[in-house]
Amino acid sequence: MGVTEIRERQFNEIDKKALEQIDLLIKNSGMPIMRDLKTNNLLWIDVRELTQRFMIPIGRIYKFFDQLSKGKIIGTKCPKCGSIYFPPQDDCTKCKVSGLDVIELSGEGELLTYTIITVKPVSFMHYQDYIVGIARLKEGINILAWVNEKPEDVKVGMKVKVNVVKREPEGYFTYELRKIQ
Amino acid sequence: MVDVAIVGTGHSKFGNRTDVNLQELAWEAVKQALEESNLDQKDIDMFVVGNAGGWSSEPLSAIVIGEYCNLAPKGTMRVEAACATGSAALRIAYQAIKAGDAKIAMVIGVEQMHQSPNPVAIEMMGRAGNYFWEFENFGLTFPGYYALYATRRMAKFGMKEEDLGQIAIKNHYYGSFNPYAMFQKQIKMDEYMKSRVVAYPLKVYDACPITDGAAAVILASEEVAKKITDSPVWIVSQGFKSGTANLSKRDDFISIDAARLAAEEAYKKARIDFENSWRYFDVAEVHDCFTIAEIMAYEDLGFAKRGEGHLLAREGQTYIGGRIPVNVDGGLKAKGHPIGATGVSMAVSITRQLLYRAHKGTQVDVKNGMGIAHNVGGTGHYAYVTIFSLKKPSA
Ligand SMILES: [Zn+2]
Repeated sequence: MGVTEIRERQFNEIDKKALEQIDLLIKNSGMPIMRDLKTNNLLWIDVRELTQRFMIPIGRIYKFFDQLSKGKIIGTKCPKCGSIYFPPQDDCTKCKVSGLDVIELSGEGELLTYTIITVKPVSFMHYQDYIVGIARLKEGINILAWVNEKPEDVKVGMKVKVNVVKREPEGYFTYELRKIQ
Repeated sequence: MVDVAIVGTGHSKFGNRTDVNLQELAWEAVKQALEESNLDQKDIDMFVVGNAGGWSSEPLSAIVIGEYCNLAPKGTMRVEAACATGSAALRIAYQAIKAGDAKIAMVIGVEQMHQSPNPVAIEMMGRAGNYFWEFENFGLTFPGYYALYATRRMAKFGMKEEDLGQIAIKNHYYGSFNPYAMFQKQIKMDEYMKSRVVAYPLKVYDACPITDGAAAVILASEEVAKKITDSPVWIVSQGFKSGTANLSKRDDFISIDAARLAAEEAYKKARIDFENSWRYFDVAEVHDCFTIAEIMAYEDLGFAKRGEGHLLAREGQTYIGGRIPVNVDGGLKAKGHPIGATGVSMAVSITRQLLYRAHKGTQVDVKNGMGIAHNVGGTGHYAYVTIFSLKKPSA
């Protein structure tokens, strides 16, 4: 399943219902006005929908995505002060140096904390409940990702490693945390 | 520089305010503040609108509100600092008066979150961390961000879910006496424990509701404050700091660093000793968007030692009569959290407490004549700590 199909399944049902309701309201009263079910207050239903999809420039850190698609997780390192950046950035804003070095991360660390998201945002509704964790890697940097384990097996302080996986059902590369046995 | 006082306060009923639009909602608070201070719109030199925005249909809220409330053509702007928006708006007006740019300034905090349907609201709040690295792929929700702190503290300090429940129970208890509060119903521990998990370990009863509401304060310079009122409440100091957008870039998940630093800044200016800070205040308003946030606030403000915030809750030390009464207006938890209005609402609550004008059942004993407001934006992305007093700060 691709993004288009998921979007259709996920949103069209909601959008379609809302639009049909507006049509019905206008047909009945000549106005897009309804009563709030709980309070009976009168509400104007906006007929101008706003859908936003942003385009985020990633050219300066494209190497991260390039490596990710090859199964590797990289950070960046300042040649001057040695600072390691994750999420990767191409500027060391501490010493005002650009074009930082690429370093492959060990991917091994310890789970600092986690949560299980049971009430999900609309755009994540098509996933099962997911565990989000933050791990501290050997390099001293933190990484936030889904923890792909059963909830009962997840503990603060457990050893974890970062894995590159395909995010299904959309089918693009991302990373996750797994327990080290 | 001149001292600045609050000379008028206004507060709307918080809740599901589908009976009014954004500007009508703001007017409820503006009108009350004007009447309370006996001032007219023409007396206001400038007005600042705290409105996080994005929730309601009008993108230029300050202008829509200025037009409706008859405040135009006075200068204005919309201020945003996430959930600390109201305190940021207060800061702008406070500094304008301090700098001699205005003699009387109005701060209006307002948010109408119910214009956005619930699923959209959850999505919008989740996106307010670091969008690209933490939302786009990992879908953290707002309760999720705070849950990461709760999990860590439970593992590290032996904090229990029941300790969080104590916060919810206290804030609902006081909310039941506040006619402006969204929830006016008390809750019991078993109801708390049974409430649905939204982001483990946080439950529905750990979270503040999605709320509509408005609050306003009128600030004046020392010179005119004395002419307007014989009971000014002075702003002693304000500390403000920021944190990282990426939660993963925080050091340890047991404290909101920005809030602690903001408190240190405010205390330094007010000559307050951090370790004994609670001895200086009669009442505190802290940012309890989630129960865990209130526990951390106890420590970040110096009311409890690090790692012991939950013990203060367990012992009931933050009820009236305890070490320090906290959120006795119901807090964000029961009063509600209309993002842009919250910081201003805190200032209104503290002012009315110090003047013995709090609602029956919520009034504290005023011995020191001082109160404190702690307002966090995001999950420690922004932090504002403001100290209020019956005594003129430079006196
Ligand atoms: Zn550097």
